[in-house]
Amino acid sequence: MLTILFDGIAYGMLLFVLACGLSVTLGLMNLVNLAHGAFAMAGGYALVILVNNLGVPFWVSVICAFFVSAAIGFVMEKAFYVHIYRKPHLDQVLFTIGLVFMAVAAADYAMGSSQVFARIPDALQGQIHVFGIGMGRYRLMIIVICGALALGLQYVLVYTRFGSRLRAAVDDQRVARGLGINVGSIFALTFAFGSGLAGLGGALGTEILGLDPTFPLKYMIYFLIVVTVGGTSSITGPFLASLLLGIADVAGKYYVPKLGAFVIYTIMIVVLIWRPQGLFARAGSK
Amino acid sequence: MRQFVKFAAGMAMAGLIAGGAYAQDTVKVGLVISMTGSQASTGKQIKAAVDLYMKEHGDTVAGKKVQVILRDTGSVPDNAKRLAQELIVNDKVSVVAGFEVTPAAMAVAPLSAEAKVVELVMAAGTASITEKSPYIVRTSFTLPQSSAIMADWAANNNIKKVVTIVSDYAPGADAEKWFIDTFKKNGGQILETIKAPLANPDFAPFLQRAADAKPDAIFVFVPSGQGATFMKQYTERGLDKAGIKVIGTGDVTDDDLLPQMGDAVIGAVTAHMYSADHDSAMNKKYVADFTKAAGFRPNFMSVGGYDGMHLIYEALKKTGGKADGDSLIAAMKGMKWESPRGPISIDPETRDIVQNIYMRKVEKKGGQLYNVEFETFKDVKDPAKIKK
Amino acid sequence: MSEQTPTAKRAAQGILARARWHPLEFVFWIVAFSVIWLLPNKHLILTEIAWLALFALSLDLILGYAGILSLGHAAFFGVGSYAAALLAKHGIITEPVLALIAAGLIAAVVGFATSFLMLRGADLTRLMVSLGIALVLRELANKFSELTGGADGLQGVTMEPILGRFRFDMFGHNGFIYSLVVLFVLFLIARRLMASPFGLSLLAVKDNPLRSRAIGISVDARLVAIYTIAAFYAGVGGGLLAQTTAFSSLDVFSFDRSADLLLVLIIGGTGYLYGGLIGAVIFKVMQDYLAQLTPQYWPFWIGLVLVILVMVGRDRMLRWTEPVRALANRLDWRAKGQAS
Repeated sequence: MLTILFDGIAYGMLLFVLACGLSVTLGLMNLVNLAHGAFAMAGGYALVILVNNLGVPFWVSVICAFFVSAAIGFVMEKAFYVHIYRKPHLDQVLFTIGLVFMAVAAADYAMGSSQVFARIPDALQGQIHVFGIGMGRYRLMIIVICGALALGLQYVLVYTRFGSRLRAAVDDQRVARGLGINVGSIFALTFAFGSGLAGLGGALGTEILGLDPTFPLKYMIYFLIVVTVGGTSSITGPFLASLLLGIADVAGKYYVPKLGAFVIYTIMIVVLIWRPQGLFARAGSK
Repeated sequence: MRQFVKFAAGMAMAGLIAGGAYAQDTVKVGLVISMTGSQASTGKQIKAAVDLYMKEHGDTVAGKKVQVILRDTGSVPDNAKRLAQELIVNDKVSVVAGFEVTPAAMAVAPLSAEAKVVELVMAAGTASITEKSPYIVRTSFTLPQSSAIMADWAANNNIKKVVTIVSDYAPGADAEKWFIDTFKKNGGQILETIKAPLANPDFAPFLQRAADAKPDAIFVFVPSGQGATFMKQYTERGLDKAGIKVIGTGDVTDDDLLPQMGDAVIGAVTAHMYSADHDSAMNKKYVADFTKAAGFRPNFMSVGGYDGMHLIYEALKKTGGKADGDSLIAAMKGMKWESPRGPISIDPETRDIVQNIYMRKVEKKGGQLYNVEFETFKDVKDPAKIKK
Repeated sequence: MSEQTPTAKRAAQGILARARWHPLEFVFWIVAFSVIWLLPNKHLILTEIAWLALFALSLDLILGYAGILSLGHAAFFGVGSYAAALLAKHGIITEPVLALIAAGLIAAVVGFATSFLMLRGADLTRLMVSLGIALVLRELANKFSELTGGADGLQGVTMEPILGRFRFDMFGHNGFIYSLVVLFVLFLIARRLMASPFGLSLLAVKDNPLRSRAIGISVDARLVAIYTIAAFYAGVGGGLLAQTTAFSSLDVFSFDRSADLLLVLIIGGTGYLYGGLIGAVIFKVMQDYLAQLTPQYWPFWIGLVLVILVMVGRDRMLRWTEPVRALANRLDWRAKGQAS
């Protein structure tokens, strides 16, 4: 019972790290980025190549995965995304779906279509038992890392100068520009950081979610659900939504295996009807 | 912009004109497999095996040139049907081959019956497929073959209580049914049966449920490609340490993915018709050549493709190059040969494959993980058809 | 009517002109029907083009005319597909034409029921809701496997001859003619509908919902109506797929299908009805060509087309459709309004 809760939390945390970048780009920049999963996939493959082929230690590789995805995100933002912020949502949808298709085919070409896994250190394998609850070490690590990240993000957004600039840039670009805030570079940095987080999530997730070229398509729906349920106006919304989804999904599969994915889809639709701005969003926010 | 219009128009022309050219001395084989989408790894195995066979044996047999036309289904059964139909109607192929998933194979069956064209199933493993058209022949395996033998072995090897986890589609249902029936007949006890969605990434909750039932072993069937995720999560959950064994059909310890699964899979026992470790000179050569040409290890899907080509070649030799459906299928019935997996034959009555099923255990050999065979059940027919 | 102001008269003329057929449209349909004889060995892919065109036409009705962005339009396509297959399999309605209409109506009911969900929220919410509906329907089809065959697809469907006379032959000849006729008839209806006051009021809603409300157009009712009609069209498209292949699988609900559909419509251009039709031809030919060229990596090139399309700008890329549009709407009242 508690093991299920634990698994659900780990799964939810992972979803959060994967999706929070999307919630930032979507909510703050009003950009529908369906290609978010492609950045996560890039991080996953970076980890696999580094650990399996180049023999880089696992931890170093995880951090590298973050930077690889962040770098790709930064370049993509400067080269392409910057042109579509102001385009209609339809264009954004088309463009990012196009990117997903390209990423899927490119990953297939470069890495092959089978699932790949990174070798993880022995210390992270197996379970430990605390008060009779069996906890997977790997999942425990995910909870620790992702929890710390969530706190860090919240802190950065709310308390730092960068955070307030970002919020200002989002609330009213023109005024923010007038105040001397370099909106373009803030967006680029934020986008890169969001992509990096996705990459980190992708790297950590290979072990649990599996990694193959269809990753961006397979999980896109999950990311979108997190963002829709959580709302896009803060970090706490998607965080709580991820946890809710993670636990609901795992518990749903455990207790009523017959229902399968119904649980989360139903949650999504109910939330959308009941509170279109997201379950945890502030009222009146956009 | 002009260019784009020209480009589009050019492509339109090219697309519509393509096809056509058809020579009497060519035998065309339509290969309908998934090169993209969720089943892509299987498609690539088959493609590589077909290429290898043609490289080794040349493209001329009985005075005819064999031409393989590859079509990608994108892992979508509807496409399989349309592509097969086009291949039959426009390209006038003599054989449609491939079909890694049951729905694709089933969807094409009516066509094969209507057009009297041989449908050669190289991968899909649901027992009933070959009954859907008198022109279907199979070179892969059927799930009842492996599952029933697995159940026999388990019951005789101190496994009393089992939880089954299978993917929720026809082959899964086949595997589950035949394992349970045979296992119960041998006095075993099934604690729980779990069906995991086919497109399910996360086995953790199902494994937890299985673990909580405290069985001696978990019987598992997942399609080729998902085995690694399953085994990872099995270890992660500490089920190996809890003394719960994994038994299953060979799909779960797929040779292609096995090297990546980590040492935790060591000891998993499966029943299947092919292992890359199979001890024969022919297989050694096959594995070496295949790995060299394709860059990955051949798995059980690849031998289906390899033997499928062999069957086509041999049938053509027997008919003296006659490639109509009736002659080919007649020639294929009862064909016997030595494959990398061991001796196999085509059952003249059911057109299904008869082959040895091996009990294998995952072991480390020379630093690599392999399914090492330790017991052989000779000439196993599809039990689902014997019963009738 | 006698007291018409000049403006009203001009508007009335414009509206009437809109409904008038342009020669190019005749050419389009003559070409479409002539391929029955011109390309007899391409009827299978042409059949796919026909139902895809119908499906894209359906999306055009809501996207091009009502401005509703949907990523789950496959939901109705899928419902229609399963409905047609099930009706035939269980012998409920065996005659394909009637079954097709029934399949469309069933999809329309689902469309009507879900349209109320689509009224809420902005683009993003609609995207997600439509996506969610398609996902839920897919799960339903997956779980009720006794009825639908689950992940194995619905096997063992046999189609009766069309109107009791024309068998679905293996070469797909009758299937194609049937699909083309259905497409043509539904196109005529859509064309008539969009040139009617209803269609015009939809355009008004799309351009400015607030003002439309102010001048007394019942926005919600209009959207519900068009969404339901579009669902009917998509359902018929799905029904055609099921009938011509005698098969239906979970893939009819897939996200890829909805996404591809957007591409189809965008290639052809939105808001003038022919966009979906032209887009379907280009998309299928392109996809078929690429898939034969690189069976493994064709999605890459499709993706590239999308990216370029957006980067260069849809308007610029699709300028080639302008002569077609301009001619089709030679006396478009909107164009005139801008000019004067």
